[in-house]
Amino acid sequence: MSKAENTANLIFPHQHLLGIEGLKEQDINCILDLADKYAEQNKKTNKKSDILTGMTQINLFYENSTRTRMSFELAGKRLGADVINMTSSGSSIKKGETLLDTASTLNAMRPDLLVVRHDCSGAVKLLSRKVNCAVLNAGDGTHEHPTQALLDALTIRRRKGKIARLTVAICGDILHSRVARSNIHLLNIMGARVRVIGPSTLVPANVKELGVEVFYDMKEGLKDCDVVMMLRLQTERMHGGYFPTISEYFTLYGLDYEKLSVAKDDAMIMHPGPMNRGVEIDAAVADDLIRSAIQEQVEMGVAVRMACLDLLTREKRDSGK
Amino acid sequence: MSQYILYKNARLLDPDSRLDMMGELLTHKGLIQEIGANITPPSGAEIIDCMGHCLCPGLIDMRVFVGIPGADYKDTIENTGEAAVMGGVTTVCVQPVTDPIIDDMARVEFLENRAKKAKITFIPFPAITKQLEGMEMTEIGLMSRSGVKAFTDGNKSVANPALMLRVLKYASMFDALIVQHLAVPELSDNGCMNAGALATRLGLSGVPTAAETIMLERDIRLLKNSPSRYHAAQITCQDSIDVLVAAKRDKVNITAGVAVPHFSLNEYAIEDYRTFARLSPPLRSENDRLAVIEGLKNGAIDVIVSGHDPEDPENKRVPYQLAETGVIGLETMLSVSLELYHNDHIPLLDILAKMTCNPARILGLESGVLKVGAPADLCIFDLNVPYQINPDNMASLTKNTPFDGRPTQGRVIRTVVGDTTVFEYSK
Repeated sequence: MSKAENTANLIFPHQHLLGIEGLKEQDINCILDLADKYAEQNKKTNKKSDILTGMTQINLFYENSTRTRMSFELAGKRLGADVINMTSSGSSIKKGETLLDTASTLNAMRPDLLVVRHDCSGAVKLLSRKVNCAVLNAGDGTHEHPTQALLDALTIRRRKGKIARLTVAICGDILHSRVARSNIHLLNIMGARVRVIGPSTLVPANVKELGVEVFYDMKEGLKDCDVVMMLRLQTERMHGGYFPTISEYFTLYGLDYEKLSVAKDDAMIMHPGPMNRGVEIDAAVADDLIRSAIQEQVEMGVAVRMACLDLLTREKRDSGK
Repeated sequence: MSQYILYKNARLLDPDSRLDMMGELLTHKGLIQEIGANITPPSGAEIIDCMGHCLCPGLIDMRVFVGIPGADYKDTIENTGEAAVMGGVTTVCVQPVTDPIIDDMARVEFLENRAKKAKITFIPFPAITKQLEGMEMTEIGLMSRSGVKAFTDGNKSVANPALMLRVLKYASMFDALIVQHLAVPELSDNGCMNAGALATRLGLSGVPTAAETIMLERDIRLLKNSPSRYHAAQITCQDSIDVLVAAKRDKVNITAGVAVPHFSLNEYAIEDYRTFARLSPPLRSENDRLAVIEGLKNGAIDVIVSGHDPEDPENKRVPYQLAETGVIGLETMLSVSLELYHNDHIPLLDILAKMTCNPARILGLESGVLKVGAPADLCIFDLNVPYQINPDNMASLTKNTPFDGRPTQGRVIRTVVGDTTVFEYSK
């Protein structure tokens, strides 16, 4: 319980969680410290607490999602909130209602937390200006996916004991990846050394300006890395050919033991999921129980989201409104 | 009532003749009768004291979108006219991007008839290709014979080079001006802002400057083989300026324009996903913005346009990549352009030339000059008064200006068309 008491003093001075950009190191540590506590709580038989009792959380998803939506739903329920899911299919969104009208409608139902995923970059921020409750970005277009970066950070921190000064390679489709952007911001804020690796058609040269080293060759980029983050190839966002064939892509950029051999011996392997085995990652590597942290990432996802839901409702709860 | 009006105590500015002096200007029956330092007015003449302010030809804006026909909730002819005169604009060239599209003489006449309600001159630019589809040319010959000055596909490129070559050849028989929107569709259609580091950070797809420059280079090549009258509607980047400078040195018959936002704002205006600054072509980098100013200075760019494009707020209050492009600009064209003078970039007469005599010469208009016998389309403005741009004070129905709150210097205080003061600033 001593840890729980310590977390009562955590301060997260933000109304929403719209992105990693703009957060400070202490903000991120604050979330991760609290998430550590929830990770332990989630291992117990009784995973529930009642801190969000009476509060309403709406998950508004304009894009398909399994793990992120489930993870937010579980997080809310474990904290005692009433959680409602709304997806774009089979709702008024399909009838042509605009984002801001949907926002006003939902706002009128007085939710305390809105978890939003949208296929347009910036859409969640736009929506956040029209509602009174806390808004959590569950992924906006190719812009940011902050809780993914936070759960990745928690996973790394628990395995490696730190984030600062680690060398982290983010590999694959950087261009279309909101996960990559959020991770680049977060890892830089936390003092890690960030590399991105991928074909030049999927790694914009100017991504350097976000504070990363760019590599077009896997073995060069993976050399001496502590952490290897693979990204899903987002073919649904690609218009026209970015590489010739899946086979060529896998040969050049798919993570297998051969390419991994240049990384540090204890390099951990991560993937935000869903994985395309045989496209960006070799099945044997993905299933490597020692080096792959992919299942742990999912587990930490729930804990990180519980921490975010907790922190963003604190002021409201404390003021007793 | 006398038909003489004397504008006295004015700083007369005529970019065409390089006139810049304190003096007086007399008009009679809507035409300029006399220009001089000291004019004795005929008895009974109306006398307007300009209080030492600047008097220049009414501005000519070569790129204005209207809501008529098809979208009068955006802007009516009267609104567009009101917005124009607030900005000292007395002639607007209307883009054919309407519903239905202005692509034949009947529709040109429809627009001209509707425009009679406005206080200013509307010059419709009909489409180059039917329905703006880029497939078949419109009746360029018949429309030219009926007085049409120029053709454009508005915010679409004539992308097919074979068709463009035929258009240039065909239009040259009628001395018709072809106004081209520069954008290779394959490079621009999926993009919604300038390609670069900011686009990467915001997670938005970019339009590279090459989309514009490639089309410009292609058209210059076609013009070298098949000389015609050609105007590049909007230039936004360094590479295009370099190409233009070289083409003009090679005596290619080409003129070019720039919209006010492209020399007064850069891509960072859309940071935070500001849809009101979403344009086509998009706002570019700061280097490109400075290059465009250099292009205005060295003569690569002949014309400044507002690019006035009213958009219903409903089409702007959506996620950035779903938002319509376009900003309004008639009211702010002169004020924002005068920043180039106040910031010591470009001499005053040179700036005004790009909104008066240059477009007049390109379009073969009699206005745009202070000359005896020319139409008395006049713009009287206070060069120095500072103020803050406020969309609430604008006449446009839609308020999609990217300049909301911008502190600026210089304001139109009176706009005259012929015998009539069509706008007078009141505090």
